[in-house]
Amino acid sequence: MNFLAIIRSRPLSGLLCLIFSIASFISLQLNVINDYALNPFIVIIIAIVSLIFFVIRQQGLFLLSICFVALFSGAWSVLNLIHSFDKSVVMGLDAWLLVSALWFLTWNNLVQLSALKTKNKLIELSLTIIIPVLFGAWIFFLWEVITIGMSVPQVLLPAPSLIWQVFDGFGATLFADFYQTFVRSAIPGFIMGSGTGFLVAIAADKIPFLRRGLIPIGNFFSAIPIIGMAPIMIMWFGFDWQSKAAVVAIMTFFPMMVNTLSGLNETDRIDRDLLHTYASSYWRELFSLRLPNAMPFILNALKINSTFAMIGAIVAEFFGTPIVGMGFRISAEVGRMNIDIVWATIAVAAVTGSMFYGVFALLERKLTFWHPSMRKS
Amino acid sequence: MNESSSINSKEPAIIDINNLCLTFETQTEPVHALSDINLQVNSGDFVSLIGPSGCGKTTLLRVIADLEKPTSGSISVEGKTPNQARLDRAYGYVFQTPALLPWRNIEANIHLPLEMSGYSKDEQKSLSNQYLSLVGLSGFEKKYPWQLSGGMQQRVSIARALSFDPDMLLMDEPFGALDEITRDRLNEELLRLWEQTKKTVVFVTHSIPEAVFLSSKIVVMSARPGKIINVIETNFPKDRNLDIRESKEFLKVSQLVREGLKEGHSDGS
Amino acid sequence: MEANRLFSILIGGTIGPVVILVTAIIMIWYAGAVYLNSSFLIDRYEKNNIEWTFSQLASDSWSMERPVLPSPHQIAKELKKTIWDKKITSPRSLVFHSRVTLSSAMVGFVMGTFLGIVLSVGIVYVPALDRTLMPWIITSQTIPILAIAPMIVVVLGSMGIIGLVPKAMISTYLCFFPVVVGMVKGLRSPSILLVDLMNSYSASKVEVFWKLRLPASLPYLFASLKVAIALSVVGAIVAELPAGAQGGLGARLLSGSYYGQTSLIWAALITASVISATLVTIVGRMERAVNNRMGLQI
Repeated sequence: MNFLAIIRSRPLSGLLCLIFSIASFISLQLNVINDYALNPFIVIIIAIVSLIFFVIRQQGLFLLSICFVALFSGAWSVLNLIHSFDKSVVMGLDAWLLVSALWFLTWNNLVQLSALKTKNKLIELSLTIIIPVLFGAWIFFLWEVITIGMSVPQVLLPAPSLIWQVFDGFGATLFADFYQTFVRSAIPGFIMGSGTGFLVAIAADKIPFLRRGLIPIGNFFSAIPIIGMAPIMIMWFGFDWQSKAAVVAIMTFFPMMVNTLSGLNETDRIDRDLLHTYASSYWRELFSLRLPNAMPFILNALKINSTFAMIGAIVAEFFGTPIVGMGFRISAEVGRMNIDIVWATIAVAAVTGSMFYGVFALLERKLTFWHPSMRKS
Repeated sequence: MNESSSINSKEPAIIDINNLCLTFETQTEPVHALSDINLQVNSGDFVSLIGPSGCGKTTLLRVIADLEKPTSGSISVEGKTPNQARLDRAYGYVFQTPALLPWRNIEANIHLPLEMSGYSKDEQKSLSNQYLSLVGLSGFEKKYPWQLSGGMQQRVSIARALSFDPDMLLMDEPFGALDEITRDRLNEELLRLWEQTKKTVVFVTHSIPEAVFLSSKIVVMSARPGKIINVIETNFPKDRNLDIRESKEFLKVSQLVREGLKEGHSDGS
Repeated sequence: MEANRLFSILIGGTIGPVVILVTAIIMIWYAGAVYLNSSFLIDRYEKNNIEWTFSQLASDSWSMERPVLPSPHQIAKELKKTIWDKKITSPRSLVFHSRVTLSSAMVGFVMGTFLGIVLSVGIVYVPALDRTLMPWIITSQTIPILAIAPMIVVVLGSMGIIGLVPKAMISTYLCFFPVVVGMVKGLRSPSILLVDLMNSYSASKVEVFWKLRLPASLPYLFASLKVAIALSVVGAIVAELPAGAQGGLGARLLSGSYYGQTSLIWAALITASVISATLVTIVGRMERAVNNRMGLQI
């Protein structure tokens, strides 16, 4: 049959979107008693758009942007619907079907966007941003719809909109926690740990005896759960930020030492010979050749350490803190079942962590642009 | 022929090697990399060291450059110990690979030895311009090494070796990794540079045509133990070009070198 | 000559420097124990008007009941007491706690590896997955996931999921990142030349996967597994931190810190380190065997 062949040649997600939006429309018509109903107009639009997508195989940027508009209006209407609910109401079948239809439309969109080939650097860059952002936005949308639409108890998982509200009333506390954990504990510990790790690596590189001894010990220490040192550090340095900074310093010391050492060992024989023919001094060779060569390793250690610093500071607070700090907030509010505050704190930690990491990722691009792994991309 | 090299010269040799031996201690048995080497290089010479791999030609170059220490015998470079010559930056060394630092652009790569010799920023700038144009790479100052072809990279490394105006150029198979067409072109360029700058060049190669084309003196070596078999002087005009490779004289010298290599081979095994 | 040889053994190899450095660390430890415990002891001497000498101070600070820093031999005694002298089923036995931690770490490690491999295959073969998931996987590595582990355990507990599963889920979550990243790299590692060779045999996608991509990815997989297995132990320990956990080295750490029993903390910590290092060594051995088999010398 010709018809079957046509269907086969089309993306499955387009067909599924069409089926689900029609089903949603039918269920909307059958379900007349429900007070909360979708706007039928939007459902029809989604169905039409999915039909277009199903029929037209080559989807250019213009069609895709129409699809975006349809997606957003669909999502908007679903969000409007669930936010008009009373507490106990569960979302109707029509809306669930529409959400499924929207997902297939999104997926179709993502596939189409991923397949786009362009030589324009600006479009390419915006694609690499838009595609994951679209996917991430979809996850948040689904989170919101499921938690509210199925009235999931707040204790289990609060909706993103509820978490967002925490920033309004609770912002000052969240900032104080951020200040205590990130600025006072994580950063000083990070600087101390990475700094001493770097200096010890330089010393160990100069003295072969130290190097041979420290590499196995360093490898051993990087395998062990250093986070367990937290209660001991609290005993030594007290409850305040000093003990957390100490934990972070120990956690960040070994990755920096091990990475810097292997980076310094990476230097080619021929490059060292070259500097030797210039009668260069040890320090000259270190600064002109070996440290630049070790830069990719050092930045890698800084990237690893940036996440370790956040983890160390927060987990160390589980063992005891003054009544401020992100780790304290998480454990205290979990106890009081204020899960929305916990999630807000996690959001702060996530954003801080990513930005801290991002700084070093950017620095890596700037400083090691010459490295083969950077040149390709 | 061996004697002629030292008898002809009136000035003292710029490199003077007598009874030099070098033995590497390995776990199984000692390796005699160089055995009883006697060689005099005069100022302005273009000397090629040629031989099969493992004959110690690179090792000999590295001894001259103070990158290896001889086990016995004597060597003087410009009347000094190799170590003192290195500290005085008497030579520019060109390696088998360009050995350019990837995080420095072309200009900054040439500045590297200049920085260490204490040149001012302005002098560095003008010297790098001067030598880049000498090797025909003007306009590439701001490029990075990995944006250049292999032949261009090796030209940069020659410019770098010349930039601080050393008396000698030590070259360790500098064109070995390049294709033959590029290699021919660079050979002609090198000859022109030698003529212009009047440097003394010691050049390691395993290509007979390359050695014969470039050199004023060809040192033929053999392996196990590494020793000198023969020293052949050539007498081609200084402004020669690649066409000379068709000439009878050229073929005769090539034949001489080939026989020397063969002799060394039968000796060795 | 003999003395020279001894010296070169001490300085030259790896074992000599390691032994010397470890000895130095232990000596510093003893000195540190005196330093950290002294203020308490001196207070006590002065209160009771006891004349004291330095040697007395040292021996007292190495045998305190609740020291700030226990001396190595006190920790060794604690380890012997809790590993050999107690029955393994007793909640005071470290073997019992190690088993609790180890089992959730292992379950998490296996699940995380499986999840990671499945995801990486999806990412390598479906371009849309590559562009949607990969950025998020990289971003999520920058988020301090470990820090919210106890909360996840509590939330799952309120849903009725308790025991090994929530802890294993934390380990799973930590493990799958390095596996995905390593496997994606590994599955993409075969050169175009080799892929072309396979194409010249008109190999199917499935054949290219089993005969080329998967074998080529093994070295990358094992390099990732070494990271993942250490993370799985850390994940299991941190997941045991919320109050009420019945067992595990994490719970042991926490109770030690509540009651100020430092030697208990140190004993748990050292046990955790030994477990972790042993696991990493085992994976490392496997890695070396695989690399040798594949002709890679690392």
